[in-house]
Amino acid sequence: MDLIYLAIPLASLLGAVIAGFFGKQIGRSASHCVTIIGVTVSFVLSLIVLKDVAIDGAAIYNKSVYTWMISDGIRFEVGFLIDGLTALMMAVVTSVSLMVHIYTIGYMHDDPGYQRFFSYISLFTFSMLMLVMSNNFLQLFFGWEAVGLVSYLLIGFWFKKETAIYANMKAFLVNRVGDFGFLLGIAVILMFTGSLDYYEVFERADAMLSATMQVIPGVDWSVITLACILLFIGAMGKSAQVPLHVWLPDSMEGPTPISALIHAATMVTAGIFMVARMSPLFELSTTALSVVIVIGATTAFFMGLVGIVQNDIKRVVAYSTLSQLGYMTVALGASAYSAAIFHLMTHAFFKALLFLAAGSVIIAMHHEQDIRKMGGLKKYMPITYWVSLVGSLALIGFPGTSGYFSKDAILIATKNADIWGADYAYMAVLLGVFVTAFYSFRMFFLVFHGKERMDEHTRSHLHETPAVITVPLILLAIPSAIIGWFTIDAVLFSGFFDRAIVIFEEHGAMAAVAEAFHGPASFVLHGLAPGPTWLAAAGVGSAWFIYLKKPQIASSLKHRFEWLYKLLDNKYYFDRFNEIVFATTARGIGQLLWRLGDALMIDGLIVNGSARLVGWFSGIARYTQTGYLNQYAFVMISGLILLLGWVVLG
Amino acid sequence: MTVTLSHYLILAAVLFSISIAGIVINRKNIIVLLMSIELMLLSVNLNFIAFSHYLDDLAGQVFVFFILTVAAAEAAIGLAILVVLFRNKRSINVEDIKELKW
Amino acid sequence: MIETVIFYIFAVATVISACAVVTVKNPVHAVLFLVLTFFTSAVIWMSLEAEFLAISLVLVYVGAVMVLFIFVVMMLDINVARLREGFVRYLPLGLAVAVIMLLLMLSVVTSDVFVLDVGSEPLPKPADYSNTKALGAVLYTDYVFAFEIAAVILLVAIIAAISLTMRKRTHTKYQVPSDQIKVRKSDRLRIVKMPSVEE
Repeated sequence: MDLIYLAIPLASLLGAVIAGFFGKQIGRSASHCVTIIGVTVSFVLSLIVLKDVAIDGAAIYNKSVYTWMISDGIRFEVGFLIDGLTALMMAVVTSVSLMVHIYTIGYMHDDPGYQRFFSYISLFTFSMLMLVMSNNFLQLFFGWEAVGLVSYLLIGFWFKKETAIYANMKAFLVNRVGDFGFLLGIAVILMFTGSLDYYEVFERADAMLSATMQVIPGVDWSVITLACILLFIGAMGKSAQVPLHVWLPDSMEGPTPISALIHAATMVTAGIFMVARMSPLFELSTTALSVVIVIGATTAFFMGLVGIVQNDIKRVVAYSTLSQLGYMTVALGASAYSAAIFHLMTHAFFKALLFLAAGSVIIAMHHEQDIRKMGGLKKYMPITYWVSLVGSLALIGFPGTSGYFSKDAILIATKNADIWGADYAYMAVLLGVFVTAFYSFRMFFLVFHGKERMDEHTRSHLHETPAVITVPLILLAIPSAIIGWFTIDAVLFSGFFDRAIVIFEEHGAMAAVAEAFHGPASFVLHGLAPGPTWLAAAGVGSAWFIYLKKPQIASSLKHRFEWLYKLLDNKYYFDRFNEIVFATTARGIGQLLWRLGDALMIDGLIVNGSARLVGWFSGIARYTQTGYLNQYAFVMISGLILLLGWVVLG
Repeated sequence: MTVTLSHYLILAAVLFSISIAGIVINRKNIIVLLMSIELMLLSVNLNFIAFSHYLDDLAGQVFVFFILTVAAAEAAIGLAILVVLFRNKRSINVEDIKELKW
Repeated sequence: MIETVIFYIFAVATVISACAVVTVKNPVHAVLFLVLTFFTSAVIWMSLEAEFLAISLVLVYVGAVMVLFIFVVMMLDINVARLREGFVRYLPLGLAVAVIMLLLMLSVVTSDVFVLDVGSEPLPKPADYSNTKALGAVLYTDYVFAFEIAAVILLVAIIAAISLTMRKRTHTKYQVPSDQIKVRKSDRLRIVKMPSVEE
């Protein structure tokens, strides 16, 4: 088994290295073959591991693979922790990655950076696997940073495009803010438990319970709350929660396959995974859980609202991702960690599906991304149409789809949570159901139904995209539809996460969900009763009415509520705020340090100044070397007189 | 009044200061410079001999012996340098030999 | 009594001729005044019972070194007129420096520290005291090392003076031993093949 665990990340890494360094020599086909083989190996082995853990009930594997260094008693190691949570994440990551790899053969067919792209997505797979398989904070942080790096590289893949470069910088910088908090959190944990290993930290976490520290002199903060909040700040950066969400919509500048892989299914879920993994710590601090739930709820609802006014097909899906991440965060805050991970899994499938379908549409429309210029594509692209429908139904939580099971679990859990902020969260996620249905079917109707608004030239070239693109779509649509039905019992209620996730008795949300659950069929029937499903139906209905039946309502509403439209269109002015406050300040400080510190002080004063000082001094000192004999003699005599005077009179 | 040691010492001091004045005043003639140096040595010799006499110790006179030797050698070499300098520059003006300058 | 008078007369003479050395225009006159200074101070030395040194001062110093000075002065073609410029300009400075020096030295010499316990006037030496003999007795025994070094110094002075001023004469024939040793057979000998027997 050890070898299998090692092989899983290393297979992808090998593919990445070969395609990255030797891409030019081995050519395009060989590059995509080698990386796909690598990821397939990882995928198959991950399935073996999943079977081992889920079905055969293997013991938890927690071993160190390599000790990097030991400093002052702290061990810095590379190690693997394989339990239910890890196995699930590994399967999700590798499966979606494999689908994206195959899809990319078609999508990036004409791109000059073909081999580079494959190398990057394989590298991403490796980094994400290292992150989820880690058994200590150091490796977690390594994986964390590595996925951030690959995200930067991929968002700016078309590096000659200015907007892409702005976007990748923005992503990296905002992520950095999150990583800063994350690192501080790790430091607090290290300081108070003296170890970076997960299990050691969890054991010693109780000792931290009563400890307090003073960051601002005179104000005592509970260490465990501080550590958890700092760790969550890292999750906020990576999983794009408000206010560190601003990078995700702009990350759509990257090619669609990576929007699917990184910014929907896997990288952004790293934060969710991390909080779930740290459940023994988060359970100790109700304050931190409240923070988590409030931020998650805010993101879920308000980002969904912004999705309503987006006109770029990828942006709609991006805001949808933000909103769904908010849902997962709310579940985490309600101590329903398994529900959050379950939603993570289903969301990975249907969101990747939606992104890849959007990509298929974009290709067919010759890289046109504005949904106002689409319409009536159903008859031109039937396969894309049907898989998009499946994906959208899963997204809104249509009873029976996988999205329904996970979303409903979250709704029930939130209703039964009783920490501070849970009521606000429940309102937010409930209303969010309506909003989700509205924006997703707005997009669906505008793209696939209604009047054809594209120009004649594009319309004449419209046809279904090749198999290499549609086959992954179908392969993703299948789990989006059915995986919920078959796995909800196993994942949520059969102790799959028992040894990975810790829930305290007083946070009884999951217990309430378990009580309400009597098998998938009855869960579906329960959904048909008045509740969230009806809200979703209302959302679909409103979208149909406004955008298909009477389109003029849309524009008249826009005029009536112009202030609201502007607010949403400007994304609540978060970007403007960052621009004005943080960017300008940072640039100002940079300018100051450059002009004053660097040019004036270091260059002018210290470097040039010392040279000038030497020059000035030499200019004076040279007058002692006049060459005049008399002056030399006179100086000698004067010196003698002074010496004599000092000795005689002193 | 009797002549004491102090008288001789004062005389030596006067000779010494005259020679220093000679060095500082003289700007034009290297030979006068060399002669002022001889005067300095003379004043020092007088000092030694006076002490030797009043302290009844012959070491002073031995020292003067050697000072005379060294002074002679130094005068010879100094004049040789002066001659060579004159050959090259055709002048013994002190202000003309200032080539070793910045 | 007579000693005091002698001392004062010759002391004054020494000081006056020393002043003359540094102030007269003509360098030849300056050299001659220096000779006079040496003579008068030789007399003072003699009154201090250092006869040998007084005589050697006259013989060696005046006789050799001063003569050398005169030779050099006369050999160099000196522009006398130009020599006097700048004399008055530097006179105050020179006087000031000299006076300060003098005052410093006097403050040492006339201070109370310098009063000698040993009686201010030592006994005159007996009539058969030979300064030369006494000096010799000390010189070749206690100070023989310094004596030898003084000899070496004189040798060095000779060599230095000669090597500085010597001008090579181009037409004299002389040998260069290092070249003579370096010579090889091929430089001197050329073998010509010849039949040994006449045909």
